[in-house]
Amino acid sequence: MTMGGTMGGTMGGTIRIDAAEMDYTTLNRKIRSAAASGVSEVILDHVLGQRFIADGLRGTVRLIINGVPGGDLGMFMSGPTCIVHGNADHAPGNTMDGGMIVIHGSAGDAVAHSMRGGKVLVRDDIGYRGGIHMKEYQEKSPVLMVGGNARAYLGEYMAGGLIIVFGIGGGAAVTERGIGSGIHGGEIYIRGPVEDRLLGVGAKKKPFGAAERKRIAPFVQEFASHFDMDGKALLDGDYTRIGPASARPFASKYTWE
Amino acid sequence: MTIGSTPPRYRISVDRDQCMLCERCITECPYGVFRRNGERIAVNSRQCTACHRCIAMCPRDAIDLEEQPVDYRSHPVWTRGTREAIYNQARTGRIILAGMGNAGDYPVIFDRLVLDACQVTNPSIDPLREPMELRTYLGKKPSRLEIRNVGGDDVELVTELTPNLQLETPMMIAHMSYGAISLNAQLSLARAAAAIGTFMGTGEGGLHQAIYPYQDRMIVQVASGRFGVDINYLERGAAIEIKIGQGAKPGLGGHLPGEKVCEDVSCTRMIPLGTDALSPSPHHDIYSIEDLKQLVRSLKEATEWKKPVFVKIAAVHNTAAIAAGIARSSADAVVVDGFRGGTGAAPRVFRDHVGIPIEAAIASADAKLRQQGIRNQVSLIASGGIRESADVAKAIALGADAVYIGTAALVAMGCRVCGTCYRGLCPWGIATQREDLTARLDPDVESEHVANLIHAWTLELSELMGAAGINSIESLRGNRDRLRGYLLDEGILKVLDVKPVGA
Repeated sequence: MTMGGTMGGTMGGTIRIDAAEMDYTTLNRKIRSAAASGVSEVILDHVLGQRFIADGLRGTVRLIINGVPGGDLGMFMSGPTCIVHGNADHAPGNTMDGGMIVIHGSAGDAVAHSMRGGKVLVRDDIGYRGGIHMKEYQEKSPVLMVGGNARAYLGEYMAGGLIIVFGIGGGAAVTERGIGSGIHGGEIYIRGPVEDRLLGVGAKKKPFGAAERKRIAPFVQEFASHFDMDGKALLDGDYTRIGPASARPFASKYTWE
Repeated sequence: MTIGSTPPRYRISVDRDQCMLCERCITECPYGVFRRNGERIAVNSRQCTACHRCIAMCPRDAIDLEEQPVDYRSHPVWTRGTREAIYNQARTGRIILAGMGNAGDYPVIFDRLVLDACQVTNPSIDPLREPMELRTYLGKKPSRLEIRNVGGDDVELVTELTPNLQLETPMMIAHMSYGAISLNAQLSLARAAAAIGTFMGTGEGGLHQAIYPYQDRMIVQVASGRFGVDINYLERGAAIEIKIGQGAKPGLGGHLPGEKVCEDVSCTRMIPLGTDALSPSPHHDIYSIEDLKQLVRSLKEATEWKKPVFVKIAAVHNTAAIAAGIARSSADAVVVDGFRGGTGAAPRVFRDHVGIPIEAAIASADAKLRQQGIRNQVSLIASGGIRESADVAKAIALGADAVYIGTAALVAMGCRVCGTCYRGLCPWGIATQREDLTARLDPDVESEHVANLIHAWTLELSELMGAAGINSIESLRGNRDRLRGYLLDEGILKVLDVKPVGA
């Protein structure tokens, strides 16, 4: 472990950790102890596939992750911020409770799986099942924003929160099926048109007007500012808004013995 | 065909000579069977669920219940159940949901297994005189111990041990969520677990504040909906259990209807009031055995490797191979839930037709883990259809380290196995959130009943072991020589690795 900037233990300082050749448990132990020492920023260099970074981490520490983190980045995380300079493997933000993950690259499948609170921002593309089973509770309302494209089953089983897919870089933002299957809460905004046949059972297109544009504006601005984009240009243009056809998608499927 | 054209399931009659018109039955029955009609109690038997609340509470024993008072023309193939399911589905076009465990007419293997006892050649052990060792440790056991001499005669353990759960008896209380059952019911079970020195599961319903005092006796569940799961919840539990499947409905998720999601239930599950709590069938971050390993390790990493992580699966065709896969995922225990496992609601077709019996599943899983030399890597917990202490003894002799009891613990609190949990009107205050009904269940009383039950079974288990000349639960575990099969076929005897009676 090399330390640069302000040494550990100083409130508000920075700690640098060289993650090269380091297993994830050791790495997380160092992150935890750095966060516990009160620094505001921990920089991880040479991250290469270590899973579970910031797993279950609390507080407000900011992790700068240089490299490619492995699966389940920020799982069960409650508060901290992770800025990834690179791609991320599958399920960043899995069952996350609060905090933020910003990925300067693409991410794998099940991004923001079951996320209850906080934000996951992905500059480029995500894999299958993005935002699957996201849910909200009281003041917690999770947000997933994707700059590029999302694969199939986006927002499946969604129970709350907000998903926005911008489709930057040409082509339709989502071209695969199963969008919002079983959705019973929350909303999905996809920039540009979405073919009806791509909607899953229980998902329904809803009108997108001035009120909706106003609602997503602060999120779009936030996304743009993280990735040095033109927020206004991003906000302009048509969005397809998708939500639940019913809060009880399976109510008519069952009868009692 | 009109609604109501199927005959009533039960007939309630009130003996007018005995009845003193106290109207207790009217108050007690939430289904609306009884009403006052002049100088008599009138009944509407169609509303009856056979919950027995009225019968238990009638001060004069004036109420009588008859099951299936109206016969169909009997037929061995077209049973009442098959005919009524067709009437129901012809009317609704829907999937039939049903409560409790498998109601199919399958032989119970436990009832075809008999236990051994000492005669002449070896003495039985009197548990009154000799200590019976029932303490059970769940979790990984090292395959070898490395010790270091630290001078003189003192040695020090070098091998790093992984966390285990210490149970004073090899019986735990199964996962039944707050939401599926009431807080008073959960509180009673938690107190009983604490009093006995065992553990209970939270189910996928989060952990209510009222249970925090017993959190070191709770196994917190992580299921596909991730309801109530956050880092605080994971840290509170004594162990964490990933629920992959459930014996009552293998391959399916769960569905708590919005009307059961009251304010408190919404808080513990961390979902908005009145919304459906839908747990998907798979965990969407687990699509392979490698992904399972990732979830197990993410839970361990989140809790800094201080908690054992269990993985629960429904008993299905390839349980043994699946258990061997789980054993390699760094999980500490595999819970196998047989097809008799109970539930508040499951599709009838799954409840009665999917999955295999726990006896065969546990025996084959134990055998497979031993063949592969990894039995010490995981504990095996048998669940689903454990009705009495003999079942516990037999499950352990077939290879289980411990068992979970669910329905039996509810029965100890008054449940009559009426199977109407899904109505949310449980008159015993168990499977309901209605305040006037939950208030009927007094945790001071019912925790004692549950503790009594486990205590009694523990005494019986000690006696059974003593009679067999065994004074330690380890010596019973996987000890198939203490079992004989009675009228079981050769195929199943081979799976169980048990000899027939007389052999």
